[in-house]
Amino acid sequence: MRAADALVKALEMEGVEVVFGIPGGAILEVYDAIYDSGIQHITTRHEQGATHAADGYARASGKVGVAFATSGPGATNTVTGIATAYMDSSPIVVFTGQVPTSMIGNDAFQEADITGITMPVTKHNYLVTEAGDMLKTIKEAFHIAATGRPGPVLVDLPKDVTLADVEFNYPKKVSLPGYKPKLDGHPRQIKRAAELIMESERPVILAGGGVIISNASKELTELAETIPAFVATTLMGKGAIPETHPLSLGFVGMHGSKYANYAVQESDVLIAVGCRFSDRTTGNLERFAPDAKIIHIDVDPAEIGKNVGVDVPIVGDARKVLARLKKHIQYKQRKLWEDRINKWRREHPLKYSRDGFKPQYVVERACEIMPDAIVTTEVGQNQMWAAQFFKVRYPRQFITSGGLGTMGFGFPAAMGAQVAFPDRTVIDIAGDGSFFMNIQELATCVKYEIPVKVLVLNNGYLGMVRQWQELFYKERYSATCIGCEKTGFEAIARGFGAVGMTIESPGEVDDALKEAREIDAPVVIDFRVDYQANVFPMVPPGAALNEIIDIE
Amino acid sequence: MKHTIAVLVENKPGVLARAASLFRRRGFNIESLTVGTTEREDISRMTIVVEGDNRVVEQVIKQLNKLIETIKVSEISEGSVERELCLIRVHAPPEKRGEIVELTNIFRARIVDVSRDSFIIEVTGDGDKITAFIDLMRQYGIKELARTGKVAMVRGNKR
Repeated sequence: MRAADALVKALEMEGVEVVFGIPGGAILEVYDAIYDSGIQHITTRHEQGATHAADGYARASGKVGVAFATSGPGATNTVTGIATAYMDSSPIVVFTGQVPTSMIGNDAFQEADITGITMPVTKHNYLVTEAGDMLKTIKEAFHIAATGRPGPVLVDLPKDVTLADVEFNYPKKVSLPGYKPKLDGHPRQIKRAAELIMESERPVILAGGGVIISNASKELTELAETIPAFVATTLMGKGAIPETHPLSLGFVGMHGSKYANYAVQESDVLIAVGCRFSDRTTGNLERFAPDAKIIHIDVDPAEIGKNVGVDVPIVGDARKVLARLKKHIQYKQRKLWEDRINKWRREHPLKYSRDGFKPQYVVERACEIMPDAIVTTEVGQNQMWAAQFFKVRYPRQFITSGGLGTMGFGFPAAMGAQVAFPDRTVIDIAGDGSFFMNIQELATCVKYEIPVKVLVLNNGYLGMVRQWQELFYKERYSATCIGCEKTGFEAIARGFGAVGMTIESPGEVDDALKEAREIDAPVVIDFRVDYQANVFPMVPPGAALNEIIDIE
Repeated sequence: MKHTIAVLVENKPGVLARAASLFRRRGFNIESLTVGTTEREDISRMTIVVEGDNRVVEQVIKQLNKLIETIKVSEISEGSVERELCLIRVHAPPEKRGEIVELTNIFRARIVDVSRDSFIIEVTGDGDKITAFIDLMRQYGIKELARTGKVAMVRGNKR
């Protein structure tokens, strides 16, 4: 059978239901093969959109997301999406076309060394030079993408390889002598961790994206209740515990709440699970949680000790380790600590000025009106307001580009999430700057009837950069005013065939959101919010977590 | 401090590039890197000398371990046999040849090529010995020099 047909058959065997991509010369065989298959193909308008959509699909569903692109520019356009997935450990497999093997290295038309280019941003990548290796490679690619610490895998397929004749012999097992993720966690370390927790008076759990990836939310919540310990999450960990839970502190770090930051900073034992201590989470590392013994649970050994010195390292899958750890813990009341945290919560709630039309208000109302919606975000102020004011209730509800901070991620990711869950409400909380970076995917949403709702918090600025200029560059607003108050997002939406709305005052917000929720089509709401609004609290770069700027 | 790390990898195209790219992008400083096959032709061995404190070396080892094609990584800085090979083309006029031959013998090096006015000398040993020999040869005029970087192996049965 033609290798391209074998590829499609292999995808079916991997359970792939949908592929996002754009055809082109070097990958035409594969597109010819998928034409007759049961796999849905969604043609995006940009390959970056395809990879983000595959990523959003993966994050929402927990399955592997798949994207196709052709050689050369098609392949290079996938790089931002791949790097985004890499930083946030999202399992995607990207197939790129390549010029025929005989032409590789000759600077042929639409040739790019995509395996070389993506080496630093993939968990692994392959250039298939023999058709006979293709099926084994696909099997490995899916296995590597989804196991251990997940991540993107790229498979580059020269045109002559996809055209060749192969026998369909899809391997059942992979043989990778060097790849054996440790999942169980060392029993002695787990015991040591339990002892530390039992001795502690001020325990805090710091939950990262790894908790969500390993589907460990139930185990995490149970452990938190057993100890009991308050839970702060990283941005990627939002949803690891329902944010309505009494033990939830919401998210911590540069724009986390004061009480979450204080709690982490003053803890005596910090149980970090599936998080990598990014600089946005820890603030100044030298003064991070100075009194805390640190227990670090992560499936990737390289994360342990990378940024923060660790007292008890546990390499393993969060779900397995948390379940085991819980067995060694007995409930112990810590009244003083509980009172102290609750006092911080009362004294320093998240707040914003109610004058004018504030972006935070839009997020708050969206959370009230669509509490169960899957929320994706763009990057910048919109992302931080979403993180602060949208109370996430379940894992995989909140999808955001944490590591790479990719503007333009949220909208195509929402598209992917909506494809995974056609019956759920999916909203992208966007800034005008970010929305522009992949706005062309509106055409995709219209064509495939993907009813994503885009809430554009339009302040006419690259807002987060503007905020930094205000605070740290003497209000010299160099190049950040992009003037979207002159942009008609409503008309743009209509131009693409979607529904558009413009909202200019807080009084109209509820009706607009309710109306959008009911429309079974893509909707763009242009919220003309105050451009001066900033994200507070804020831990300035280089400061410790408890050195916080806040509004009075 | 310098650390010597041995890495066993699957012998596949691109593995060296992957390892080297990892060092570059994480900002680790490679002092030297040698690679060749082992007793099994499907497995290659890299010997990497890296400069840095213990934390850096720990990260280097962990990150190398993350590469899918890596089979085993070990630090072999202590109790190991370390060798480097160097080829030196040295200016050798007739009146100096006696001296050069003598020095070559003292260092248990070998003259592997003789031409009208130069020798090629092969010397193996640890880095210090080779550096010392090179310094001695400078007085005659070194015309060309090639050093391999270190290969190393742990002594005895410890592996």
